[in-house]
Amino acid sequence: MHEMSIMQSALDQALREAKAAGAERVHEIRLRVGVLSGVVPDALQFAFEAVTAGTPAEGATLAIESVAPRFWCDGCQREFEAADLFPDCPDCNTASNDLRAGRELELVSMEVEYV
Amino acid sequence: MCEECGCGLPGETAPTVSSHHHDHEHEHHHDHAHAHSHEHPHSHEHGTLDLRRRILDTNDRLAERNRGFFRARGMLALNVMSSPGAGKTELIRATISGLGARLKTAVIVGDLATDNDAQRLRAAGAPVVQVNTGTVCHLDAEMVARAMKQIPLNGIQLLIIENVGNLVCPASFDLGEDLRVALLSVADGEDKPLKYPPAFASAKAVIISKMDLAQACEFKREQALSNIRRMAPGADVFETSARTGAGMDAWRDYLVQQHQKSGERDPLAA
Repeated sequence: MHEMSIMQSALDQALREAKAAGAERVHEIRLRVGVLSGVVPDALQFAFEAVTAGTPAEGATLAIESVAPRFWCDGCQREFEAADLFPDCPDCNTASNDLRAGRELELVSMEVEYV
Repeated sequence: MCEECGCGLPGETAPTVSSHHHDHEHEHHHDHAHAHSHEHPHSHEHGTLDLRRRILDTNDRLAERNRGFFRARGMLALNVMSSPGAGKTELIRATISGLGARLKTAVIVGDLATDNDAQRLRAAGAPVVQVNTGTVCHLDAEMVARAMKQIPLNGIQLLIIENVGNLVCPASFDLGEDLRVALLSVADGEDKPLKYPPAFASAKAVIISKMDLAQACEFKREQALSNIRRMAPGADVFETSARTGAGMDAWRDYLVQQHQKSGERDPLAA
């Protein structure tokens, strides 16, 4: 389960930023996770609880925004969202090889509390 | 919402860093029982910090460093992924022994424990370094960078990185490879590409291994090929048997060709 190390890495970065900003507690951390990133949101939630224990982010909420895969169709010159993960263009039915979104693994923002 | 100490209420003093005063209800609860009086003045200023960065930034940067290193040395780097037991090591062994002097090859092999795979590969005549990841389910760019320091890389043209047997986690980690290779054996089931989209969607080459067992496994070839094409339409597909050697020539020729192509690349191009 690589979600544990990914979550740990995200938390380390978040806590570093929180400290630099003079914040005492972290109440929420927001992530963007692409459906094709290979990371399972449920596993991230599970890992989040474990890695935040005893840190200023203990008890915080983890908000995950899921990003659907988007491909570029060269024939139709348009971007399309792949509802079922298959890269087939809904207009011409050609499979695309050009992934434009859906592999994100990003730390977006966080809610902190200063004292 | 805590009424007594006024925490979380908007107003009061201005927060220090890039924060805003918000007037939305807080989702979190301040569960302190107020058995004690709050003598210290605390305003509980809240704020939003913008972060906007890739979580795997460190890995991605190291992967780019690896990539630059490979290019500068004219090396073609492969990242081979499959579920456990799909035949990665055997495929690599047969690849090395068949390539002979055509491409001087080195191997980095990742496993949770043991150096059994490294021993098998060394017997084929290539420098091999075994990375034991402990409990970690994938290789990352740093492990690869460290492993590279342990092999004599002079004259090496092909670096094969055998990832930990796992089709989920390794897909998230760029190692700096030129070519991501996903393997499925005929015993794995034709729907493997549909079950593990990230691994197959990001692969540039897909290998169906153990073709000599196809009949015994009642392998549905057409279905497997169509599933691969659906998930990875741009991937080059090979059907191999490391045991009989079937399909191995095409695979090795492909590697030689890819290596030539990588030599024609502008080392400074993205």
